[in-house]
Amino acid sequence: MSGAASLMEVALFAVLALVAIVAALVVITHRHPVYSALCLVITMLSIAFLFLLLRSEFLWVMQITVYAGAVMVLFLFVIMLLDLRREERPWRFPENRLQVGVGTLLALALVAELIVMAVAVRLPGGAGGGISPEVVAAQGHTQLLGRLLYTEYVFPFEVTSVILLVAIVGAMVLAKKRVE
Amino acid sequence: MPDLIWLVPGFPLLGFLVLVFGGRRMPRRAAGAVACAAAGLALVYALGALAFLLRQPADARRVTVALAPWIRAGNLDVSWGFLLDPLSAVMILVVTGVGFLIHVYSVGYMGDDRDYPRFFAYLNLFMACMLMLVLADNYLVMFLGWEGVGLCSYLLIGFWYEKQSASDAGKKAFIVNRVGDAGFLLALFLIFHTFGSLDFDSVFGQAVTRLDPGGLVAVLIALGLFVGATGKSAQLPLYVWLPDAMEGPTPVSALIHAATMVTAGVYMVARSSALFDMAPGVLLLVAVVGALTAVFAATIACVQNDIKRVVAYSTISQLGYMFLGCGVGAYASAVFHLGTHAFFKALLFLGAGSVIHALGGEQDIRKMGQLRKKLPITRATFLLASLANAGIVPLAGFWSKDEILAAAFGGHHYLLWALGSAGALLTAFYMFRLYYTVFEGKDHVDRHAAHHVHESPPVMAYPLIALAVGACGVGIIFGFPPDHGLYHRFVAPAFGGAAVHEIGTGTTVGLALVATIIALAGIALARAWYRTGAHPAPSRVAERYRGLYTTLVNKYWVDEAYDAAVVEPIRRGSVRLWKAFDEAIVDGMVNRVGDWVQGWAAGLGRFQTGSVPTYVLSFLVGAVAVLGYFLLAR
Amino acid sequence: MAVGLPAYLVLAAILFVIGVAGVVTRRNILIIFMSVELMMNAVNLTFVAFSSFLRALDGQVFVFFILVVAAAEVVVGLAIIYAIFRHRETVDVTDMNLMKG
Repeated sequence: MSGAASLMEVALFAVLALVAIVAALVVITHRHPVYSALCLVITMLSIAFLFLLLRSEFLWVMQITVYAGAVMVLFLFVIMLLDLRREERPWRFPENRLQVGVGTLLALALVAELIVMAVAVRLPGGAGGGISPEVVAAQGHTQLLGRLLYTEYVFPFEVTSVILLVAIVGAMVLAKKRVE
Repeated sequence: MPDLIWLVPGFPLLGFLVLVFGGRRMPRRAAGAVACAAAGLALVYALGALAFLLRQPADARRVTVALAPWIRAGNLDVSWGFLLDPLSAVMILVVTGVGFLIHVYSVGYMGDDRDYPRFFAYLNLFMACMLMLVLADNYLVMFLGWEGVGLCSYLLIGFWYEKQSASDAGKKAFIVNRVGDAGFLLALFLIFHTFGSLDFDSVFGQAVTRLDPGGLVAVLIALGLFVGATGKSAQLPLYVWLPDAMEGPTPVSALIHAATMVTAGVYMVARSSALFDMAPGVLLLVAVVGALTAVFAATIACVQNDIKRVVAYSTISQLGYMFLGCGVGAYASAVFHLGTHAFFKALLFLGAGSVIHALGGEQDIRKMGQLRKKLPITRATFLLASLANAGIVPLAGFWSKDEILAAAFGGHHYLLWALGSAGALLTAFYMFRLYYTVFEGKDHVDRHAAHHVHESPPVMAYPLIALAVGACGVGIIFGFPPDHGLYHRFVAPAFGGAAVHEIGTGTTVGLALVATIIALAGIALARAWYRTGAHPAPSRVAERYRGLYTTLVNKYWVDEAYDAAVVEPIRRGSVRLWKAFDEAIVDGMVNRVGDWVQGWAAGLGRFQTGSVPTYVLSFLVGAVAVLGYFLLAR
Repeated sequence: MAVGLPAYLVLAAILFVIGVAGVVTRRNILIIFMSVELMMNAVNLTFVAFSSFLRALDGQVFVFFILVVAAAEVVVGLAIIYAIFRHRETVDVTDMNLMKG
């Protein structure tokens, strides 16, 4: 790969990573739910572009339309519907302090462990699954993904459609006003 | 024929089963009929068994029938076995004969009772158990029958269980019997340990070889058996249940506590004669206890005012004579007295029942009198029975009691003979005190009851007459001449020809004469004091010997002594155990376990905060730990 | 590829832990829910990264499914939250402790 391309790749990655992390931090710390939701959208968009960087075009589009576009919009609907106030800082509540403190410490421990493991990952050599970037470029990512989806994974595919159906019905039942 | 010997207890057992399951569903009279039929059939078979035996030559009159194995465990091999020999033949005849008559009598006596079928069911069950007891060919089947009759005694004494005194009396009978049974069981264990078997044939056959005469084992076995007999046959010191047993219906008293169950002890001792012969010391003890009991009970009978109590103490006294007979080696005579006694004592009880029935339930003799005109049959039979009990020739009691006393005398047990004779004097006295007070003397009958006084109906009168015939004739027909009559010749092989001291004819006649004079003296005194009911002597004597009189009326305070020495301490101990142990320790432990579990539940429950973030925190802890382990383990 | 696999994995790890911290720390149930979504996104990233470097599309199929299921889950979860809110006028998890004890 050419030096400029790789430099651009690294730069893009760094930017996207930074944006994602910062936005994520805002999500969990901001007092107002709406701002948290919006920052979550930003995080998801960063991840979408990271998908693209990893040559997963179909997922890039899916992430944006479904996750950022539909799911988060739904979140925002509900937040506004419930008309929530700003929330007090968690550490203001004395009964919460222990949990927050311990939780944060453990989170730091966890991230340390995960980083150690991540760094030690060694890929097996060879062609792997055989779908090289050239193959993707030649046949089209969506086609390849679709072929896999409708052959090897057709059963889970059908099951997910049932899950969607159940979710729709469930949501309607739950949200319905009781007829007195 | 002998193969069917099991039918003798079998019929009453069948009767019991029919009545237990169907008694309430059949018309009343049918229940009585079923029971009487069962008893009657048993009697018929018993007669058949006797006929069979008589057809055999005299030295071959012994049949064992093993129906089926019962227990086979290690060395213990016990079968449902029956033994038919002269001794058991006599016993089954007595039991079925008197038993059948009492069944018939009960149809009339219990006619108005609410629980009529239940009564007859128990009565049949009793007959079955008693017959099994006397027909057993091994100690375990005998013990089964033994326990069975104890159970029936409890059930029948407490028949009117809603009456507190009746159910108490039933319990007392059962518990006191149990004490005796403990001795019996210990003896059984020793027998099995020594002989390796419980079969009569094995045990008695090897008695001479395996036991040292007078040795510890022999003494313990005989003693244990005798303790059991003491309980069942109401001798000192385990007699206290029998007077209380009068709470039961009168036919029960007649059958169980006069003619049959109480004689089981005598039968058992007689059957085990081979064992007792190996422990002469115990035999002497048997005789002494028997004689003492005879006199002791007779003294109490002299002052009792309840018609049934007098007869009850009389029974205890006469049982004492039977044991006296066994103790001096005259087993056959003892069993003979058992037979004659069954007739006249049952008759006395049934006669008393007749009186009570006529007076609408009155049992206190001070409220009777002059009944001879209104109850002629009852009076006549009662008189005959009293004469028989007192031992007046030629009635039944004379022959059997006299043999026993003669055996005592002939065996040089002069003190025992004297005690026995003193008892005879008292017997004559109290029997006729009773007779004269009830049937003659002054009329103290309650005015209201007097209107209803009537003789018993035929169904009650005929058994009285039948028993009276027996009381008169059985003695002389089977017992003459003494020790050599039909009875003795029939029964002797069963006792292996135990040596009874032969006494000369002159001595025999002399002793008989003495006995008759003693009896007549007793009757004369009673006649003088009680015939008119107005004689001052009884009350004056009671006044003058006030201490003695009170002691006798209170039965020597024996019941009170037992209460204080045994019953109360046990009761108090039980309460203490209950409070200190059951409540404090056992309940405490259980409660503490419960509290401990609850403590854990409460403590562990605090993990259930209901807050999801907390749960996630626990996941986190787990995840960090697991990952950490994997990382560090590399 | 210039950016190696570890880089993506580390990023995903960081995002994941941030999500965990959010779940543990916050009291508003919607924020908690969003943190869960964040965690799922991090997982998706991991899957796609591996799929790319192992040159097999199976990982991405998984992501596809995760996406679908996450969508369904959000729908139902929000419906539940809405129902709770209607009942109790609160979205504070410390008030939702009926399962306590």
